[in-house]
Amino acid sequence: MAKHETPLLDQLESGPWPSFVSDIKQEAEARAKNEKGVEYQIPVDVCEDLLGVLELSFKHGRTHWKHGGIVGVFGYGGGVIGRYCDQPEMFPGVAHFHTMRVNQPGGKFYTTKFLRDLCNVWDMRGSGLTNMHGSTGDIILLGTTTPQLEEIFFELTHTYNTDLGGSGSNLRTPADCVGEARCEWSCYDTQDLCYNLTQEYQDELHRPAFPYKFKFKFDGCPNCCVASIARADISFIGTWRDDIPVDQEAVAAYVGGELAPNGGAHAGRDWGPFDIKKEVVDLCPTNCIQYADGKLTIDSKECTRCMHCIAVMPRALRIGNDRGLSILVGAKAPILDGAQMGSLLVPFIKVEEPYDEIKEVIENIWDWWMEEGKNRERLGELMKRQGFQRLLEACNLKPDPRMVQEPRTNPYIFWKEDEVPGGFQRDIKEFRKHHLR
Amino acid sequence: MEQAEATEKIVAALEKKKTKSKFYFNELAKILELKPREAKKLINIMVTDGVLEYWSSGSTSMYGLKGAGKQAAAEHEE
Repeated sequence: MAKHETPLLDQLESGPWPSFVSDIKQEAEARAKNEKGVEYQIPVDVCEDLLGVLELSFKHGRTHWKHGGIVGVFGYGGGVIGRYCDQPEMFPGVAHFHTMRVNQPGGKFYTTKFLRDLCNVWDMRGSGLTNMHGSTGDIILLGTTTPQLEEIFFELTHTYNTDLGGSGSNLRTPADCVGEARCEWSCYDTQDLCYNLTQEYQDELHRPAFPYKFKFKFDGCPNCCVASIARADISFIGTWRDDIPVDQEAVAAYVGGELAPNGGAHAGRDWGPFDIKKEVVDLCPTNCIQYADGKLTIDSKECTRCMHCIAVMPRALRIGNDRGLSILVGAKAPILDGAQMGSLLVPFIKVEEPYDEIKEVIENIWDWWMEEGKNRERLGELMKRQGFQRLLEACNLKPDPRMVQEPRTNPYIFWKEDEVPGGFQRDIKEFRKHHLR
Repeated sequence: MEQAEATEKIVAALEKKKTKSKFYFNELAKILELKPREAKKLINIMVTDGVLEYWSSGSTSMYGLKGAGKQAAAEHEE
């Protein structure tokens, strides 16, 4: 018999999708049975009380959580998010229900041992409930009490060699794709850059001094598997400067049906014979591909690295060899002021240790945003408010046509008087000699 | 600016404010009249020394004098 009656939550379980309610009930049952003999450090019925408070919130149509607080671990201003229930007598198991954010491994490469260990710590010292992963990419451990915070922090850092992630007005836990470890399209070593910058900016990660949150994400290629272009204040997206190498024999094999397109994906259904014109050439966003007389050619200077042709025919087409990354800035999800995609700031930069050039761009951006950003204003919003040109000045970069997303609709890069020979002043009499009023 | 001088300035300024107990980082930087990066070093030492404490909503962080406001009591903390 459940501790609290939850008819409204039970109804959620009847839908066609996997339900978080079933998951919480399963954990509640496991904790009650305690077959593993865990020495629970927080109330055993935490999950039951969680269901109870959720049910009450549904019933009342308002929350019973108090969000935020002074809790944290010593020296860190992020990684712990205070949460308290405003009905602690009714639901003592969730009187404290703090969230902890934990730095995920690079590329989310886990060993099963690490996952098991993490779950064991969390079963003992927390609710056993997790989010794998939050939209920033970190491990989110849901629900523990204040006395457990330092204990968990000690275990994570000393036994499991990991760290808390970012929260609040901090640099958030940087996230990267699997990169060169498993992907032939990765144009740089995402994990090395992600790790290097994470170490370099420990202070920014743990001690909040920004106007608001700030995210880095690292994508090895423009496929953007970690969605940096849509989510990160600074996105690092792999690209190349030279031509896409074309293996004409492999192209012929795709056309002839010997090689399955898309690496054999979508094979669960008969889509008919591969049509290179319809599936590749006509879908090129800049019309830079031609297929004639059995030969595929690409006009590289028109190519925007959308990756579609490469993804469809991976054996025939590959990423170029002169590789680096593009830096885009200002993307964010739609909390305030709507969603925004990243704007191109640095079209191409070589990715070479110790990454000083990249760090210079980052620090210039931070200096500008920390000085000029309003409280709770993301970088993308500051860019909109003050203009892209101000960002370029802050970064000591020159405007480049590739930074203009839509020519003629928003000419947001203006000439200044000192950049124009002779300035803006002119002799009106001299002008009228050639141009009548 | 010396650490002691900075701490004194911050404590004096925050104690004067009666209407609120939590402050954004840039408000503290303004009190110190320093650039954010320089102010950050001094302010972080104040946190380590237990003069200030962090407050976080999860998305935004603020600073307050340790123990100031109703926070601790309302959260059943020491």
